This record gives sequence, C-alpha cells and structure tokens, in this order.
Amino acid sequence: MVDVFNALTVLGNFLIIPGLTYGSQLALGALGVTLVYGVLRFSNFAHGETMAFGAMITILVTWGLQAASISIQPLPTALLAIPVGIVVTVVLTLLIDRFVYRYHRDRKANPVIFLIVSIGVMFFMGGLIRFIIGPGDQIFFDGTRFILKAREFKQMTGLDEGLSLRMTQAVTIITAIIIVAAMFWFLNHTRTGKSMRAYSDNENLALLSGINPDRVVMITWILVAALATIAGTLYGLDKSFKPFVYMQLLLPIFASAIVGGVGNPLGAIAGGYVIAFSELILTFAYKKIILYLGPETLELDSLVQILGTDYKIAVSFIILVIVLIIKPTGLFSGKTI
Amino acid sequence: MSFLLGEHMTGGYGAADILHDCSIGVEKGEIAVIVGPNGAGKSTAMKAVFGMLPLRKGRIVFDGSDVTALKPEERVVKGMGFVPQTHNVFTSMTVEENLEMGAFIRTDSISDSISQVYDLFPILKEKRKQPAGELSGGQRQQVAVGRALMTHPKVLMLDEPTAGVSPIVMDELFDRIIEIARLDVAILMVEQNAKQALEIADKGYVLVQGRNRFTDTGEALLANPEVRKAFLGG
Ligand SMILES: Nc1ncnc2c1ncn2[C@@H]1O[C@H](COP(=O)(O)OP(=O)(O)OP(=O)(O)O)[C@@H](O)[C@H]1O
Ligand SMILES: [Mg+2]
Repeated sequence: MVDVFNALTVLGNFLIIPGLTYGSQLALGALGVTLVYGVLRFSNFAHGETMAFGAMITILVTWGLQAASISIQPLPTALLAIPVGIVVTVVLTLLIDRFVYRYHRDRKANPVIFLIVSIGVMFFMGGLIRFIIGPGDQIFFDGTRFILKAREFKQMTGLDEGLSLRMTQAVTIITAIIIVAAMFWFLNHTRTGKSMRAYSDNENLALLSGINPDRVVMITWILVAALATIAGTLYGLDKSFKPFVYMQLLLPIFASAIVGGVGNPLGAIAGGYVIAFSELILTFAYKKIILYLGPETLELDSLVQILGTDYKIAVSFIILVIVLIIKPTGLFSGKTI
Repeated sequence: MSFLLGEHMTGGYGAADILHDCSIGVEKGEIAVIVGPNGAGKSTAMKAVFGMLPLRKGRIVFDGSDVTALKPEERVVKGMGFVPQTHNVFTSMTVEENLEMGAFIRTDSISDSISQVYDLFPILKEKRKQPAGELSGGQRQQVAVGRALMTHPKVLMLDEPTAGVSPIVMDELFDRIIEIARLDVAILMVEQNAKQALEIADKGYVLVQGRNRFTDTGEALLANPEVRKAFLGG
C-alpha cells in the first residue's frame, strides 16, 4: 500500500503539479490568441512577443520596487508590478492597432494579410524587447520559494518520496483560475462582454443592433494585452525570463487554441491543459512508478520514457496535426467567443 | 413626402450598378411590400435604404430628415430597424441574449420590451435560454423580428421574414406584422409569397432588374392582369 502512495506522490510531484502549472500558462496564452481570432478574425503571431513585452515591463517595475524595498512577502513582488505591466502593454497594443491593424481593417483585408502583418509586429516587438532589456536571462523571482518542501512532506507522511509545491506554481494555478472565472463572467454576464460575443458571432448583425465595432475592437485588445502580460509574467516567474523562449511558446499556445477549437474560450482552456499534460505524459520517466507498483524483483535499466524530453516541442506539433486531420474544428468546435 | 423614402437610388456592390433610379417609400402605420423575381435587387434596395450600400445617386429621407450620410448603426439610433434576409440572429447566443443585443443602444430598462416580444411570440419565452442556432427556421425568424423590435423602431424593415417557414407559421407571422403596424410602426417588407403579402400591403412595389416596374396599392397590384400573369403565377 505504501508503494501505491509513493507512486502517486511521484506522479503528483513530477506530472500533475507541473502539468497544472504549465497548462495554466498555456491556457492563459491560448485565451488571448482565441479572443483575437474570435473578434478580429486573424491568427495573431505577435501574441508570444506581447507576453514577453508585458513580462518585461513587469520585471522593470519589479526591479524598481525591489530597489525601493517594497515587497509583499511571502508573495513575489512581481504580482504587485503586474498592473503597471498591463497598462503599458495595453497602451502599446492599442497604438499598434491604431497605426498598423486599423489600416487593414478599414480595407476589410483578408485574414492572411492580417496574419502576415502580425508576423511583422512580432519582429518589431521582439526587437523592441531585446533593445530594452537585452536577449539574456533575467531572474526576478523573490518571496518564499516553497509552500511545501519535499523534505517536510516526507517527514509529515513518512513516505520515501517527496511532494513539493513551489510558490510560483501555486500562484500560477490560482491566478489562472481567478482570471478564467473573471473572463467567463465578463463574457457571459456583462453587456460589454455580450456585445463582444455578438460581434464575434455576426459582425453585420452587431452593427445593425447599434454595437460600436471600434469599441469592441478596443476592449478586445485591452483584454488580450492583460491576458498576455499575466501569462507572460507567470511563465517568467515559474521558469525565467528569456525573450526567445516566448517565441517558442507560440507553437504550444496555438496548438492549445486550435485543439480546443479556435475562437472558443472554453476550448482554449481545455486545449492548454491537453497540450501540457500530453507533453508531460509522453516525456515522463515512468521508471520509479513501475518499480513501486511492479513485482519486487523487477529491475529496469532504462527510464521508461515514451519520448525523450528533447522531443517535448514535437508533441504539441503532432497533436496539432492529428487534430487538424481528424477534427479540424477542434474539441469544442469554435469560431465565435 | 413619405415617412421613410429612398429616392432615385442608383448604385451597386462594385463597378456595376444593381439599382437603377429605384424609389421606395412607406408611411407610418402602413405596410409596404416589395416583390419581384430572384436577383431583382430587392435585398439590395433594402440595404441601400439602411445605408449598407454606397449609393452613386439618390437619397434617403427618414422622419423628415436626410439620413443618406448616416452609418447603419446611426440609423438604428434614429429609429430604424432591419431584419436581414440571412444571418439574422446571433446563433451562438440564447434567445434572450439576442433580444438584449437588439436593445444594445438603449440605456433604460428593457424588461418591458422583452415581455412585449414574448407576448407577440410566446414560443420564444419557452425557448429563451436556448441558443438561437438550435431553433427551427420559423422560430429563428421570430427571434430575428423580436431582436429588431427591441429598440421600438419607428420603421421596421423585413427582408423575407417568412422565408422557409410553413404556410401556417407564415399566416401567423403576417398577423404579427399587422399587429406591429397597428402600433403606428412603418413596415417595409420584401416578400417571396407575393400574393399573401400584397393582400396585407397598403402599398406594393414590383422590382425588376433594379428598376421600379409597378408601383401601386396592394389591392390594385393584385388586380392588375399584367402583374398577375408575370409575377403572381396567373
Ligand atoms: N454582396 C454582394 N456582392 C456583389 N453582388 C451582390 C451581392 N449581393 C447581391 N449581389 C448581386 O446583386 C443582384 C441583386 O441581388 P439581391 O440579393 O438584391 O436580389 P433579391 O431581389 O433580393 O433576390 P432574392 O429574391 O433571391 O433574395 C444579384 O445579381 C446579385 O448577384
Ligand atoms: Mg433577397
């Protein structure tokens, strides 16, 4: 029986908690991508860089707060800096919309043109970020490192295996739950949120109902910038802030959005966790679990991994391809928010 | 001068004109019906009146003022309502949310208007929590009309409100439309069921290839042998 608990602890420590954390980060990212797709009807390749930009501003403000010895122990100071990060990112995003996307919107440009333009915006933002903070690794986490230490867990339970919960993991998961709940409440229960859904559902009829498209677009960008800043900061807190990593995150984020049904917020959340857990389950070393649960005499030479961790990024790519072949509309058949 | 009047409308979607010097009008409390063959430009004329089509010539006058330069959403604020021929409900939203969106420009309480729509179309009250995309064609048309009624428009424009509904539901919808007109609303309607529609029409327009072919009272058009032969199937 103890073996079973040990095995479960290993699973919890190396698969479930990291999966929930990474899944929350992907879900928040995919939610932003899906909002842009649902309302503005294009795939926003600049979303990864928007996350990086928001995180960067948050880091700069965090350093300022740290220098001024302002903190919210045991929570990371970055949480205090996020609102400033959001505001600055909102301003940048609205400026980019005003001077880049609006021109093409007025011409009713094809979504492909928007997509290519967003790639241009991506390079611009990427350059801006490297110009301001540099391409290097930045660590801005402070506060208490662990909520639950593996050693404490072992002492508490008497098990051989330890379960640890880092502060960043708890913060990520809890923030994601709050943000997602707030988002759904906004979309389903406020007049503005409903007008966004109406516009996403049927642009023409929304006009005929007197819904102002400029306002819908503006609110969408504000939400997208806020989501991106929060997702980017949470990811940076959990791992570290490295500008190019956010560009690599684009693949799993788009995979999440598409797997769930692009344009569908519920799908984006589900997709985030599907991708995160798929990556972890396929690259997890099952050796320990099998040793605990298998017969006593069993000996294993390998790690019992389905895929090496190097192939992590390939997992989202494979899932993406499979979904596009079998059910192109995604799990939740989206198109409207 | 009519309460709502599109005068000498000439224009189209691209280089070629679809409408040629086409004029359409309706009075308060009256029903005007536009009939004509497929592709005659009936829907195009409706869009032109609502400001969804660039006009090269002509003007739109509503309630004594020239609205030619106004955007569709500004015409909604002025008191015009439009139910397009297709895609006329928010399919992913519930019936009640559709009605709420219809009232988007209003800042006062809308619960009275919602119950009025439910009185007019009782089935919608039953289905109010259901996404409009899951309703039958006839129920969907009722949602579409209900949505447009939520602003209490002074003129209601309907493009084929009875498309795809059974004869019984069609009669019922026509009865509801007459009820709405009695509330002193001007109704401008395109209809494929020309005979039935002209029977309830105060005024009828027969459009052919973007031009006014016949314009008369509904009764007179029904009695006109030429109209009967060419457009009403004898
Ligand atoms: N969005 C559009 N872009 C370009 N041409 C269009 C568009 N909509 C309609 N047309 C053209 O305009 C002409 C008139 O179309 P319209 O929809 O007004 O006809 P209609 O009288 O409403 O026909 P129906 O009875 O089939 O609804 C047609 O030749 C059609 O091909
Ligand atoms: Mg038509």
